[in-house]
Amino acid sequence: MTSSNGHLLDVKDLRTYFETEDGVVKAVDGISFSLVRGETLGIVGESGSGKSVTNLSIIRLIPDPPGKIVSGEIVFNGQDILLLPTEEVRKIRGRRIAMIFQDPMTSLNPFLKISRQLMEMTQLHLGHSKGQAYEHAIKMLEMVGIPDARTRVDNYPHEFSGGMRQRVMIAMALSCEPELLIADEPTTALDVTIQAQILELIKKLKQETGTSVILITHDLGVVAGMTDHVIVMYAGKVFEQARTTELFARPGNPYTKGLLRSVPDPTSEQGNLYQIPGSPPDVAHLKPGCPFAPRCDRVQEICRREFPPFVALTADHHSLCHFADEEFAESRSQ
Amino acid sequence: MSALPSQVGQSLNDGEPLLSVRDLKVHFNLRKGVVKAVDGVSLDILPGETLGLVGESGCGKSTFGRALLRLTQPTSGHVLFRGQDLAKLSGKQLREQRRHLQIIFQDPYASLNPRMTVGQIVGEPLDTFRLARGAEAERRVQELLETVGLSKRYIKRYPHEFSGGQRQRIGIARALAVDPDFIVADEPISALDVSIQAQILNLLERLQREKNLTYLFISHDLRAIRHVSDRTAVMYLGKLVELAAAKTIYDEPLMPYTKALISAVPVPDPKVEAVRQRIMLEGDVPSPVNPPSGCRFHTRCPFAIEACREVEPRLIEIKPAHFAACIRISPSEPHIEKVAPGRAPGLELNKTAAQSQ
Repeated sequence: MTSSNGHLLDVKDLRTYFETEDGVVKAVDGISFSLVRGETLGIVGESGSGKSVTNLSIIRLIPDPPGKIVSGEIVFNGQDILLLPTEEVRKIRGRRIAMIFQDPMTSLNPFLKISRQLMEMTQLHLGHSKGQAYEHAIKMLEMVGIPDARTRVDNYPHEFSGGMRQRVMIAMALSCEPELLIADEPTTALDVTIQAQILELIKKLKQETGTSVILITHDLGVVAGMTDHVIVMYAGKVFEQARTTELFARPGNPYTKGLLRSVPDPTSEQGNLYQIPGSPPDVAHLKPGCPFAPRCDRVQEICRREFPPFVALTADHHSLCHFADEEFAESRSQ
Repeated sequence: MSALPSQVGQSLNDGEPLLSVRDLKVHFNLRKGVVKAVDGVSLDILPGETLGLVGESGCGKSTFGRALLRLTQPTSGHVLFRGQDLAKLSGKQLREQRRHLQIIFQDPYASLNPRMTVGQIVGEPLDTFRLARGAEAERRVQELLETVGLSKRYIKRYPHEFSGGQRQRIGIARALAVDPDFIVADEPISALDVSIQAQILNLLERLQREKNLTYLFISHDLRAIRHVSDRTAVMYLGKLVELAAAKTIYDEPLMPYTKALISAVPVPDPKVEAVRQRIMLEGDVPSPVNPPSGCRFHTRCPFAIEACREVEPRLIEIKPAHFAACIRISPSEPHIEKVAPGRAPGLELNKTAAQSQ
């Protein structure tokens, strides 16, 4: 079942479009990336960049209509998920690919005890008996650091704090030992001290279980601390992809550079922050040329006219820009 | 009024504070108990400064901001603005004063009336305070829109036609309409995209310079707080626990809570993150309903001793212009890591402070 290249996941030229009254929204438009087994891939982007739609496409949870995966391949463990019958996808989802979402309160059923929600997973996917599933639920809660798990397992979601609920979500996601964990903004709704706990927990569990992780976030700090590899998305496209250390040290795209520079640096003195002008584009009405051109500080005439090439800067570092080589050279000389 | 945190640094204007808050309390009665959302906060806000107020959810920072403007009724305490106690004013007097004190909200989607045009939204305060009408009002609104970086052509559009960042600009224009002196910015960038956050922070800073505004900038984002504020106050469960120059709070925090908070902030640099030692706090922020006794942080504090359960710490000047509320440190022993286990050098000072207040 293992693919030969060491990749757990290969997404190739994925296109996910939505039919709206406003026209066709190309939420994800021809993106490709790979996830190496055992690694964490970060997907960074602002609202409307297509990062969450990418995630939902991988697990085939795009609401159809209005959404549709128009083309592409999502090769998971050598198998193209897009070619599988729905029944087969359902077996993968939750069992081999698990997800955690931003808001743990809306992802848990408020009417069901935590135990019931955790047990459902292993009864369905692993064929556990009720007793087995109950014990497993307690074990999972202990693993994610819920104190007094044997009592708390019979609580309802509202009896848990936000951080605790996100721990429950992680316990649920990991209860069938998935090969891939997709975490979509898992700490965005949490306080920083709780965020630190949850990120530390994901790191620790990843080491213990060998699960590969896709972490979707807008926070470059979280990316820096958690991921091995990053893709930067904008307007449904991958704008840059590289090893994490490489991306931060030598960004090769004006958008990535702008993002990195617009985060306040707590170690430096005050002054004006670098700001990317304008707003992220409306993907229903993209103009020809580079979608970032209207906001880019090195925009040239060609950028408004022609869609940029995806340039290989190194074997493992690509940038979507007419001036990718120049941008990269500037970063390297700094 | 006793010795209270006032000013730090020479970059700030000397003289009288613009706003003096004394022992402000906001309690909410619930069936299951009393929520002491703000429980005896005192501080001064100086003219022209940005005071950053940071803390985790439920610490009372937004309630504090709202109570200053009496959008939430304080239970007790004083809010002195130009010699008047806002907490005591009658409805009519309060409305007059509100012209000078405005607020910008977190959620630009929820804080604008979807049935009003941008012109009506930004122009409403002009009408309420009878500052301008007719063509004059329209010209003012156009000016305000341009001031916050929006085209005056937008005047007849509705909020849903704008992005989050643009809506926040509309909210800022509305706050500026009455030419206020003081603005509470309550998490003004939290709902915005990263690239838009920088725009709004820069806009707020420019407006401050141009219009000599004073800000209370409330946020859970320490990076933003460090960037915009002159001084920073840290809140935990209704209490102020530390107050100093923003740089000092970030570089040399005294309180174990502040240290943990700063160490939890992710740094956008993989090399730094790879070697970083985090101070991990156990558990969550306790419920503000019946909060812990003594120091409210003692349930999560790695340095807590028995006395921390009993004694409620006062905010004491530990270093010049650097205030902290912890009985385990004192001016002669400011570094909690170096204080011998079990000792509480600040205990005596705390008793003195308690008697004088």
